[in-house]
Amino acid sequence: MSQTKTKSEVDHQYLDMDLLRFTTAGSVDDGKSTLIGRLLYDSKSIFEDQWDAIETSSQNQGDEEVNLALLTDGLRAEREQGITIDVAYRYFATPKRKFIIADTPGHIEYTRNMVTGASTADLAIILIDARKGVLTQSKRHSFLSSLLQIPHLVVAVNKMDLVDYSEERFNEIVSDFQDFSDKLEVDDITYIPISALYGDNVVNKQENMPWYQGSTLLHHLEHVKRESRLNLVDFRFPVQYVVRPNQDFRGFAGRVASGTIRPGEQVTVLPSEQSTTVERVVNPDGDLEEARAGDSIVLTTTDEVDISRGSMVVRKNNVPTGARSLEAALCWMNQESMELNKTYLLMQNSRTVQATLSEIFYKINIDTMHRETADRLQLNEIGRVKIDTAETLYFDPYKLNNSTGSFILIDPDSYVTVAAGMIRAASSSAREMETDIQKPDKQSRPVSPDVTWEPWNIPREAREKRNGHKSALVWLTGISGAGKSTIAKMLEQRLWEQGKQTVLLDGDQIRHGLCGDLGFSEQDRSENIRRVGEVARLFFEHGNIVLCTFVSPYREDRQKVFERFPENRFIEVHVHCETETAQKRDPKGLYEKAKQGEIKGLTGYDAPYEEPSGKHIRVETDQKRPEEIVDQLVEELKPYLS
Amino acid sequence: MMKRNSHLKQLEDESIYLMREVAAQFDRPVLLFSGGKDSIVMVHLAEKAFYPARIPFPLMHIDTGHNFPETIEFRDNLVERTGARLIVGSVEESIKQGRVKEETGPEASRNALQTVTLLDTLREHQVDCALGGGRRDEEKARAKERFFSHRDTYGQWDPKNQRPELWSLYNGLKRPGEHFRAFPISNWTEMDIWQYIAAEQIPIPGLYFAHKRRVFNRRGIWLADTDHINRYPDETIEEKVVRFRTIGDSTCTGAVLSEASSLEDIIAEVAAARVTERGNRHDDKRSEAAMEDRKRVGYF
Ligand SMILES: Nc1nc2c(ncn2[C@@H]2O[C@H](COP(=O)(O)OP(=O)(O)O)[C@@H](O)[C@H]2O)c(=O)[nH]1
Repeated sequence: MSQTKTKSEVDHQYLDMDLLRFTTAGSVDDGKSTLIGRLLYDSKSIFEDQWDAIETSSQNQGDEEVNLALLTDGLRAEREQGITIDVAYRYFATPKRKFIIADTPGHIEYTRNMVTGASTADLAIILIDARKGVLTQSKRHSFLSSLLQIPHLVVAVNKMDLVDYSEERFNEIVSDFQDFSDKLEVDDITYIPISALYGDNVVNKQENMPWYQGSTLLHHLEHVKRESRLNLVDFRFPVQYVVRPNQDFRGFAGRVASGTIRPGEQVTVLPSEQSTTVERVVNPDGDLEEARAGDSIVLTTTDEVDISRGSMVVRKNNVPTGARSLEAALCWMNQESMELNKTYLLMQNSRTVQATLSEIFYKINIDTMHRETADRLQLNEIGRVKIDTAETLYFDPYKLNNSTGSFILIDPDSYVTVAAGMIRAASSSAREMETDIQKPDKQSRPVSPDVTWEPWNIPREAREKRNGHKSALVWLTGISGAGKSTIAKMLEQRLWEQGKQTVLLDGDQIRHGLCGDLGFSEQDRSENIRRVGEVARLFFEHGNIVLCTFVSPYREDRQKVFERFPENRFIEVHVHCETETAQKRDPKGLYEKAKQGEIKGLTGYDAPYEEPSGKHIRVETDQKRPEEIVDQLVEELKPYLS
Repeated sequence: MMKRNSHLKQLEDESIYLMREVAAQFDRPVLLFSGGKDSIVMVHLAEKAFYPARIPFPLMHIDTGHNFPETIEFRDNLVERTGARLIVGSVEESIKQGRVKEETGPEASRNALQTVTLLDTLREHQVDCALGGGRRDEEKARAKERFFSHRDTYGQWDPKNQRPELWSLYNGLKRPGEHFRAFPISNWTEMDIWQYIAAEQIPIPGLYFAHKRRVFNRRGIWLADTDHINRYPDETIEEKVVRFRTIGDSTCTGAVLSEASSLEDIIAEVAAARVTERGNRHDDKRSEAAMEDRKRVGYF
């Protein structure tokens, strides 16, 4: 390079550069080190003294040519043993981009290292030896890339020189890979035939493969779209640190995890759920008009709100899921295997909470991608687990947000990082979401046949006597997200523990079988409640305390149900919270769907709810804890319990 | 000004994030200040990270007593301007107290002795995390270094016992006696540092720019003539136009022949450079694995 460049030329050159992080994966001897050495060498990122050093080493090892692979070889212990054991980071730059390579070795502790390297990568290079084709390891690498949601995959078919630069062989490998990659969640896969040793299609094209029309590896790396990993929609700002130079200034320092924010925008602070407005986005070189995902900033707010490290600032109408129980894919990274029901520390963004691994659903055999039963995870194993946290955690599914959807687990005794997790969903809603409750609106009402009523075989009184308590109906009504199910489940648990005979009828369950033919028109809703009333009555007559959780928005429908029961044998409970809160909780994602226009006639959103007017109990789930509410209901049920 | 998407902005965002994690997760962190460009950039990043507040941790300088006078002057000005607290650990003192023994002869250097002074000073001030300006591109052994590097009670680094670092989650939990080194500019290269200094117009000592100096050549490296170094009989003083690519102890920091007198010149020169900056560090050449050995005992 000439030394006479003008200032603007120099400025221009580096101010237009951006940054791409990629990871390389391959089995031993596929040529990964050689490839990285080649990239560094051909892009002129190797210095003379480095060159001299590897030249000397090559000679000491008796190699004839300078071994490019030695460039990326790390620690002495490994050099002596001839192995690499960890993720190593390499750097090189072209006038277009700076590159950070997370180089992960292909053998021992492989999964752990690849997951680490992949967690921040924009792109993964999967190396395949042209002679060997798509091996189990190649699949494993690709699966992990997809699990970690790396947006771009490059399949580099190496050692093309050893298969006579054959187009057929290349196509064969591409087709094998495609068969398998259909099962993966990767949108962008690029195939490039290369020879790392001789440099074909790495940085320069050369003449050996005229049939290949695509870009060289470096050209692809320079032009692939960056930032695919960032979520630019949902504003999430985990607070790292409070900046407080004097009494008059209180700023919240952190890195925008996703989305964008501007001064004047309304925000909510979690977990306090206080609302306020962003006042300034402070920056030493002058306040910013906007901050976005990736920016390290300081925010100030117009009101004095409760914000400290671990708080998350979000947009008022776009809040993450809050839950104390979640399902996640977990990669175990420690020699000591996972213990079920042990309490670990869970670190997510700037927050650390206690967490218990309460259930393991299965582990994934990463070679076959099949699910296998397991009662624990060992080093380098990946599985699906349920985790309960001591405090409410605020997160998004990893798929939507790599930042708020990821966490690590830390051993509470040694403080070592033992696992990495990718959140799938809140635990209870995970199940419910899987079964779509929306069914087509059919008009086929069942017609009652003309039958005569038979008296009960064993009278209710006899059953009650043996059960030691009376039958009763507890009807919980309220809008979606008000907390009916949560309360009913806890209440039932409480009664069950006291040895009471109970039944819980839940809206979603009923709509799966008994009322699966009904939709959400006013007519169908009435019919739905009528059937439920009948079912409740049957259970009631059989000696049960029947708990029903139904939105049941119409007063008249509820009244009809109660008419089927003896006086003083039913309790109507209005489970209430502000519609705003319910929409925020949105446990089944219904409000979101309604907002998107995917569903119509959602009570509390665009369909009416008629509050009870007669004798009833009103409980407010945004004012009281569920435990307190359940205490109150148990108290109300006292007359029936003996 | 840096563009929003530029690599420098991204590196800056990452480093600021790390500085704040250190301030939040540790009770008594310090920023190790050597006087070189990397630690000057570190101080600049720390100022930005906590603006409008002052840097919430002290700067710690391990003074070999053999520094270039320009380094000390620059340090004192920086401390005054930023209002940061300064802690100085003196190798001279360690020698007087008999903690270490001064090397003798022409190759004598206090560079290796620094480690003891460093660890003593960290212990004296009960430091639980020392922020360093180490970069992974500097040397092969550093390529695997973590952002949060865990050290045992003796300040030792065990490459096999480092915590995996995923996403941007940095686990700084520690048991009594253990501590950390944190390297917020791990992902920067020498080129990034120079480009950033230019983009942010960060003042740096004159030693980095071409100037006339009395030097002598030892095994291909130009060393400055100072009171702290003895020459072999065949080493003769010449006056050359030189500049330094790194600034450390004057007895082992080599200068390069260069006419580069502005940041633009330096960037152009670095872009064309064929030798790593540590290639001019006399002590690194002693053995191929020199760096790693020093790392294990607590040097950076
Ligand atoms: N013929 C040929 N040999 C290669 C090529 N790439 C790598 N090799 C050789 O394959 C062997 C393993 O390479 P290395 O880079 O150490 O593999 P790693 O274990 O994946 O890092 C070495 O002997 C390389 O010289 C290639 O494109 N063609």
